[in-house]
Amino acid sequence: MTAISAPARAGRGMPGRHGGTLLTLLAWVVGVLFVAPVAWMVLTSLHSESAAATNPPSLAAPLTLDGYREFFGASTGASPWPPLINSATASVLSTILVLLLAIPAAYALSIKPVRKTHDVLFFFLSTKMLPVVAGLLPLYLFAQKLGVLDNINFLVLLYASMNLPIAVWMMRSFLAEVPVEVLEAAAIDGASLPTVMRRVIVPMTSPGIAATALICFIFSWNELLFARVLTGVVAGTAPVFLTGFVTSQGLFLAKVCAAAVAISLPVLAAGFAAQDKLVQGLSLGAVK
Amino acid sequence: MPLLPALVFMIAVTQAPFLATLVISFMRWNALYPDDIGFAGLSNFATVLTDPALRSSVWTTVLLTVVVVLVSLLLGLAIALLLDRSFRGRGVVRTMVIAPFLVVPVAAALVWKHALLNPEYGLINGVLTWLWRVLGLGAAPQPDWVSTLPLISVEAALIWQWTPFMMLILLAGLSSRPTDVVEAATVDGANAWAVFRYLTLPHLRRYLELGALLGSIYIVQNFDAVFTITSGGLGTANLPYTIYQTFFAAHDYGQASAAGVIVVIATIVIANFALRTVSSLLKEEGR
Repeated sequence: MTAISAPARAGRGMPGRHGGTLLTLLAWVVGVLFVAPVAWMVLTSLHSESAAATNPPSLAAPLTLDGYREFFGASTGASPWPPLINSATASVLSTILVLLLAIPAAYALSIKPVRKTHDVLFFFLSTKMLPVVAGLLPLYLFAQKLGVLDNINFLVLLYASMNLPIAVWMMRSFLAEVPVEVLEAAAIDGASLPTVMRRVIVPMTSPGIAATALICFIFSWNELLFARVLTGVVAGTAPVFLTGFVTSQGLFLAKVCAAAVAISLPVLAAGFAAQDKLVQGLSLGAVK
Repeated sequence: MPLLPALVFMIAVTQAPFLATLVISFMRWNALYPDDIGFAGLSNFATVLTDPALRSSVWTTVLLTVVVVLVSLLLGLAIALLLDRSFRGRGVVRTMVIAPFLVVPVAAALVWKHALLNPEYGLINGVLTWLWRVLGLGAAPQPDWVSTLPLISVEAALIWQWTPFMMLILLAGLSSRPTDVVEAATVDGANAWAVFRYLTLPHLRRYLELGALLGSIYIVQNFDAVFTITSGGLGTANLPYTIYQTFFAAHDYGQASAAGVIVVIATIVIANFALRTVSSLLKEEGR
């Protein structure tokens, strides 16, 4: 390569000041476009039903909490608490079950010979690729036979199976950051599994465990298909409750938006709080 | 053997139902005729494979998945490149772009259908009215988005939710790019395009593959958006929705299971290819 003069170099590579300003502006425009539907959802949730359904949109309409009052059953008397509690129960219990199964499994996979590890890891991942809908009917018939239709504990088991492969892959990647000598030393010392868990793994991978728990919680909280098919009035979850908010007559936009905000709030809060770990989790630990 | 509980649990909860699906797919079993249950041979498969609705839903599933994954990847790449520079408010913009991914999917679908795409009071037509009024153009076009462009409406909502996912993975890829090589190339006179084409893109390849793979796993199975935005009407019924329908509306367990088995076989073919991708990534990673 021939040497190039300093001014020529400044003109290439990094964009100049004007290009930079333009790109910054573009980045902001993109950001605003992506967040706009979320912002609109929040704003609409704070409008009255009549102000929510205008064309052009009434941006400056007076704010009201009526939408949220409706969400809490002001006129219908249908409380959102049972479905919210069902969702929380299903998400929290399934996440705990997943962690109890995934952490020992990931530990075993981290100290085992490579060949077998691959097979097991790929078995877990392959279950994630099988379309859940294909197993839905037998699960439904099975639940019917056993009388566990509309039972939140059945959802806990299914959500655990839905998230376990993700959790094993994630925990494996977090454990890969622990020096293998430490794990092997613990294994050779003959420390019992609970001791190894408590003394070595949990302290050394607690941020990873938190990230894994968060992702499992989000996926369980969001799930609709299983909940819709396998639950009814008793064990219905928040997403199922939300689909019931749309009525064929009358205005419902503000209260649907209020419900959408209320139900998304735990996920938004958890996701923003753990932005940094989100990538590693979502990529099953392949991206650090 | 600390691995055993997880393995046993996984086999019991995920593999047993698929075996049951396989058995039921060979049976004559309609919930409306509980006295007429028996062996049906391959007739369910024959019915399902010759059913035009199912064949069209196979095509819809492929189209939906490919369009959503490709567009989200390209948009995600563009946004990741925009955010890979330091500028004022970078963290804020990043948070703004991530927000769509953190809205509960069924809530996002409801908001798209009613608050954005509704022909009378949706935000998009509202902005059109407002723009036309400001520009003095007279009556603004007010298309009924979901009726005229049903599949694109579903795709738009999904692309909006999945672009942040792709962006996050690609941004992580960009930040792991060795900066000294890029600097050396720039010093040697490579322009921005050449750096992107010959250094950045090859480095991002595994991240692009990973994003495409994970995105496909989730979008192939999408139920929420199709169920909420179009209820599977207007040619948007994908396989998960069609099977859900066969099972609920038609009560034909045998046919629903046969459809399920076909989906599983198709998925195994695709997954086999996908797993090979992950396997190669794993080998690169070392341990």
